[in-house]
Amino acid sequence: MSEIVFEQVTHRYDGEVVLSDVSLRLAERRIGVIGANGSGKSTLARLVNGLVAPTAGRVLVDGLDVARHGREVRRRVGFVFTNPDNQIVMPTVREDVAFSLRRLRLDAADAAARVDRALDRFGLAELADRPAHRLSGGQKQLLALAAVLVAEPAIVVADEPTTLLDARNAQLVERHFAELDQQLVLVTHRLESVESFDRVLVVEGGRIVADGSPAEAVGAYRNLIR
Amino acid sequence: MIGSYRPGTSALHRLGAGAKLVGLAASVVVIALLPEWWMLLIALVLALLGFAVAAIPPRDVVTQLVPVLWILLVAAPLNALFSGWESAVEMSLRVTACVALAALVTLTTRVSAILDSVRAGLRLFGRRLDPERVGIVLAMTIRAVPLMTEIVRAVLEARRARGVEGSLRAVAVPVMVRSLQTADAMGEALVARGFDD
Ligand SMILES: Nc1ncnc2c1ncn2[C@@H]1O[C@H](COP(=O)(O)OP(=O)(O)O)[C@@H](O)[C@H]1O
Ligand SMILES: [Mg+2]
Repeated sequence: MSEIVFEQVTHRYDGEVVLSDVSLRLAERRIGVIGANGSGKSTLARLVNGLVAPTAGRVLVDGLDVARHGREVRRRVGFVFTNPDNQIVMPTVREDVAFSLRRLRLDAADAAARVDRALDRFGLAELADRPAHRLSGGQKQLLALAAVLVAEPAIVVADEPTTLLDARNAQLVERHFAELDQQLVLVTHRLESVESFDRVLVVEGGRIVADGSPAEAVGAYRNLIR
Repeated sequence: MIGSYRPGTSALHRLGAGAKLVGLAASVVVIALLPEWWMLLIALVLALLGFAVAAIPPRDVVTQLVPVLWILLVAAPLNALFSGWESAVEMSLRVTACVALAALVTLTTRVSAILDSVRAGLRLFGRRLDPERVGIVLAMTIRAVPLMTEIVRAVLEARRARGVEGSLRAVAVPVMVRSLQTADAMGEALVARGFDD
């Protein structure tokens, strides 16, 4: 397992504090993050791969400071966004998955084989030459996930990957997340999807207000919103 | 028209993207110069034969050509009014033949193959342009077309739902705002996916 460490992390946007003195050591395989809208979940997730640098404190992934080693950290940490349309940058399914391998500079045959394997695994092989915009919402999110996994990151961070999907597609996408070998940090509103997780954090007003087993954390969250 | 590749194994599919692009450019020049309507008709028939060679279903051919036929429905009568019907027929044949050939190329060539050959072409211009980057920017532009279409559609729909009709500004402003938000989010995703080196 990789180790994600937050050392007294505070983050402000334009002077407004959105994360306040957060210290964490995350080394579990399945980590859930729940909390109300605007509580700071996305900021927490973005800090893990250096998309956002902390205003104060440090975030380390396997000892690497994300603010200083952003690129190396992002090779280890794949990120799945809420809206796959913003994450898919190439016109067709295959091209988008292949785009992720650019930075690895593999030879063409090796890259093609990896792309095919990723497409196959997420049930996208038959859609490989389809324009990305013709996919369904669920297929788009699976494409985003395939494009992240083809680069073989050690950690996957997903920020509400099912929020824009209908119940059936949310379940399909979640099943694929459940099967990942990678360490997973999942931000979600679906409390049932963190039921079997190793550890769940509850974020409220920029602080971690509960941190423990799913039962404990979900219980604390339910009390909070009551 | 863009991103409409139909997989296949015909001779046209197998022909290199560079050859097809150069061929397309040359054909368009020739078609532009053809002086007689019957020559243009032959050019159009040849272009349509191309679809048969590539085994493109007629339905797909129609889909590709319908937009240009709509435009001609307006443009041809105008042309006839000002320059006579012979000129209108020639103009219509010319435009349809060119669009058909362009469609033939996009239907039988992967976007990535087109980009590769554009990249190779750019390399001829030396190192002032990074061909790899230009290729990716082109691909992203192609990807942005359906995203923009979707944004405009959603804004128009929201406007209709609220029963607001009115100024162009009422459409332009939200379209602009949403486009900038999308561009911002895509920029972030590009960094996350390693396109910051
Ligand atoms: N780029 C930004 N600029 C300014 N404020 C932001 C930005 N991103 C988020 N915020 C603000 O920070 C707070 C926490 O946001 P976020 O981390 O997205 O929460 P969550 O994901 O839990 O909804 C919110 O009040 C939000 O408005
Ligand atoms: Mg969020």
